[in-house]
Amino acid sequence: MNVFAVRAIYGFEMARFWRTALQSIVAPVIATSLYFVVFGAAIGSRVASVEGVPYGAFIVPGLIMLSLLTQSIANASFGIYFPRFAGTIYEILSAPVRPLEIVLGYVGAAASKSILIGLIILATSALFVPLRIEHPVFMALFLVLTAVTFSLFGFLIGLWADGFEKLQLVPLLVVTPLTFLGGSFYSIEMLPPFWRGVSLANPVVYLISGFRWAFFGRSDVSIGISVGMALLFLVLCLAGIVWIFRTGYRLKS
Amino acid sequence: MPPIISITNLSKVYASGLRALSGIHLDIARGEIFALLGPNGAGKTTLISILCGLVTASEGRVLADGHDIATDYLAARRLIGLVPQELTTDAFETVWATTTFSRGLFGLKPNPAHIERVLRDLSLWDKKDSRIMTLSGGMKRRVLIAKALSHEPRILFLDEPTAGVDVALRQDMWRLVRALRDTGVTIILTTHYIDEAEEMADRVGVIRKGELILVEEKAELMRKLGKKQLTLQLDAALAALPAGLAQHHLELTGGGRELVYTYDTKGDAGLTGLLADLAAAGIRFHDLRTSQSSLEDIFVDLVKERA
Repeated sequence: MNVFAVRAIYGFEMARFWRTALQSIVAPVIATSLYFVVFGAAIGSRVASVEGVPYGAFIVPGLIMLSLLTQSIANASFGIYFPRFAGTIYEILSAPVRPLEIVLGYVGAAASKSILIGLIILATSALFVPLRIEHPVFMALFLVLTAVTFSLFGFLIGLWADGFEKLQLVPLLVVTPLTFLGGSFYSIEMLPPFWRGVSLANPVVYLISGFRWAFFGRSDVSIGISVGMALLFLVLCLAGIVWIFRTGYRLKS
Repeated sequence: MPPIISITNLSKVYASGLRALSGIHLDIARGEIFALLGPNGAGKTTLISILCGLVTASEGRVLADGHDIATDYLAARRLIGLVPQELTTDAFETVWATTTFSRGLFGLKPNPAHIERVLRDLSLWDKKDSRIMTLSGGMKRRVLIAKALSHEPRILFLDEPTAGVDVALRQDMWRLVRALRDTGVTIILTTHYIDEAEEMADRVGVIRKGELILVEEKAELMRKLGKKQLTLQLDAALAALPAGLAQHHLELTGGGRELVYTYDTKGDAGLTGLLADLAAAGIRFHDLRTSQSSLEDIFVDLVKERA
């Protein structure tokens, strides 16, 4: 294992994060606060509680997931796309590093950033609503699993994209709608049976449900299925990345 | 000693169908400076890109110090440094950060003393905390060299190192390359500036339309293909060449006032015979000059000849 290389890539990516701290940290904090003002205070005051949980607290896991997914994808896809765009990828490709080491560096950094942002949002939430976490260890594990999985997904997008537009395409057109419709702000139990059935085809439902279980001990779908879906998605992303490095797709001619 | 780079039957056809390289065979000796010459689009960069792992070969095999660059790529790449042709840099990074990054990427322990030495050698030390985007083009070129040298390569590829670089920097660069060679680094440079090859290279390879049409010691190449011209300035203009001089293939120029004799530097130039025949024909001259063709003339001849 080329530890120095992993450390170099990881350090490079984290330096980028701190350099743009305003955008990387302050923006999610402000966005979360706005969600609390709108959903928690303005609307939430009219919603009694969902499944016995005050509405303001109920949306916290979904809000963290929302940021975790978008930040993981954005960080990882930009992290690998930009060197491709700027041409500096030549150095990575000519270095004595294994694909695994490249992935560890980029995806590790992207996941670290989004976990950090997730924790910041959690802390921000605690200022607005009283929070309890029933299964903290599971919460932490699920946070890491989701961050890593979606950073891998973002890395895939960054390898696939051949323009800045494509880089935005999947997050905007697929991930954001799926997250909003995945029960970030409601329980899918509240939906009519037909739409509940449709929602179950949305993979994000399982992530939010599992994460919510860690907080409140209740979930829309069984926790085993949630973990299974998260792991399945992780494996799919890994397979995609292995294929790209095997074939050199979009990396080498 | 076995060659440090051994290329066997290397070919590259791009997905577009473009054949960039055909059946290249080439051995590079340890510690030499090898210049790859060729017009734009000849395949120089493709060849270097394959050797450095940026492009996959369609056919053939390359060994770097005995390590196959495809199957044993980790060991092969540890030896190799690349200075690309394009000025691709991480604009927002500092010079220090980017060179330290390169060293780590190649799996070497941090060594600030080495980085400092490299930066000082390249006159970048006072810019070490500057962001790369604030540097001039020539400085960025130096940064790319510093990045490659930060990981102490045994083989250094310089792809058009002096393209768009001013004269002073060019001479600095040449000095640096020679100093590196003195420490045992093998250097392969591509260029379409002939004087660069002439100035620096031990051996020259000429590549044209993806084929290596010639590999030769530079001195040998100059000797073999080098032509000399002797120009005689005549006392009296001649209307035509006297018949007795026909065998010497002379050329009459300058309104009949100059006789030009072109000869190869190899073997007997036939100068003695020429001068005797001139005297016999009663042709007198008051001055003479000789000129020798440069590598550039040789190159132009070569590329033209095979076109």
